[in-house]
Amino acid sequence: MTDETTHAVAFTPEDLPTAKSFFVPHRIVMMLVFAAFVVAVAVFMRWDWLPRYLPRLGWGILVSLVMLFSTAILGFLLAVPIGLVQVTGPWFLKLPAKIFCTVIRGTPLLLQLWLLYYGLGSLFPQFPAIRQSFLWPYLREAWPYGVAALTISFAAYEGEVMRGAFAGVPPGELEAAKAYGMGRWAMFRRIWLPRAIHRALPTLNGETVLQLKSTPLVATVTVVDVYAVISKVRQETFLTYEPLLLLALIYMCLTGILVVAFRTFENRIPTRGA
Amino acid sequence: MAADSLINWGLLSLNAPGWGGVLLQGFFNSIQIAVGGFTLGLALGIGGAFGKLYGGPVLRDLLECYTTVVRAVPELVLILLLYYAGTDLLNQVLALFSIGPVDISGLMAGIFVIGVVQGAYSTEVLRGAIKAVPAGQIEAARAYGMSPTKVLRRITLPAMLPYAIPGLSNLWLIATKDTALLAVVGFSELTLVTRQAAGTTKAYLLFFLAAGALYLALTLVSNVFIGMLERHARRGFAESR
Repeated sequence: MTDETTHAVAFTPEDLPTAKSFFVPHRIVMMLVFAAFVVAVAVFMRWDWLPRYLPRLGWGILVSLVMLFSTAILGFLLAVPIGLVQVTGPWFLKLPAKIFCTVIRGTPLLLQLWLLYYGLGSLFPQFPAIRQSFLWPYLREAWPYGVAALTISFAAYEGEVMRGAFAGVPPGELEAAKAYGMGRWAMFRRIWLPRAIHRALPTLNGETVLQLKSTPLVATVTVVDVYAVISKVRQETFLTYEPLLLLALIYMCLTGILVVAFRTFENRIPTRGA
Repeated sequence: MAADSLINWGLLSLNAPGWGGVLLQGFFNSIQIAVGGFTLGLALGIGGAFGKLYGGPVLRDLLECYTTVVRAVPELVLILLLYYAGTDLLNQVLALFSIGPVDISGLMAGIFVIGVVQGAYSTEVLRGAIKAVPAGQIEAARAYGMSPTKVLRRITLPAMLPYAIPGLSNLWLIATKDTALLAVVGFSELTLVTRQAAGTTKAYLLFFLAAGALYLALTLVSNVFIGMLERHARRGFAESR
């Protein structure tokens, strides 16, 4: 996926409004209309269930965030070698990495998740060795399958991004590192990786927002994230719209916070042209 | 465990005891929704991109809200909201005109839902593509006295196409994969029928891998066509690499 597509699909720091841009006459009118709409929603819709579910909602948000950050970090750690071998590796590493990226990016995440959860989950109990291993208590839970599916998917998309980023580091910089007598590892650690991450950062941030948008899928395999809590509310209160509107609001807030954090992070990295 | 008892290929046969036919029907439904949703999204995207670039301040801000919400909220949540709200709203509007409630087919609802989501994405892609068209070309068309619709038809749309095709082809691939999310609202597209087949026969791995192969085939075949389309649209461009 190209940078532009990530930008078109995920909310990114460039889209954040500035404080000044709000004080335009037509925007003030629109905000008043929107405020009236919010008040109408708050008054005319049913929100009496909210206090009862608040602790569970908080817990669900926490689970969603843990899912997001753990899989993003694990996925990124996998993506670095996947991207690197596609640029410099021998063919027997290049080919599997390419196939991995193509297969994962070519199939829906929901299918991969269900393949792992129902497929592997039904296969594991048939092997006594797995049943008796220390892993078994974890493999009976749902969350390892959710983490695995999200990590694999993130690694494949990021691997592609990192491949482009590694290939895009100017060869002169690597030659300069070589000329200073750096070994391969020192060159990778000091020049190649930091420069690649720097180049890929906006795309990485966009992909992380996309990853947040993928986390509710784990609710379909009984992981109790915020989406699952809202589904539970809908089943118990027979309300259709209120819980879903709240859920959309929660995700918008999470995305907003994430994007603001990324902008701060991006601004802290010094950039200077020659 | 013998190999033929591990994998029962007969389950994939097209006729009644096998589930192959059901899977292909689900695959066909998925493709229908992807094509419909992508086309609807493209129509919304063209309107949205022009509104964002040439519209008045209020229209621009409304479109900005639309793209922001769709890009910040998970597709799964949007699909649920639109699926219920869309059908509900339609029935309420029909009730206003004292027409009884209609039963909206899952296919139409699915196309609508995917289309609205894709519309926001393609608004952004097309807006970027239109901005990449050299302003002089559009000005020249205006100077020749072409009406706005003629400028759109003869200059802007054809000239932006080479810039839009990479993004739009990615959106098409996203659309094919987003159809899987309709499984959650119970529409029998490929992922849901796969799960039903797998649940009935207990051959989970076989069916999920078969469905994965179908999705992958769709992606790979699409990629071939996208490559051809891209070469065709970029003919006459100076080769950059």
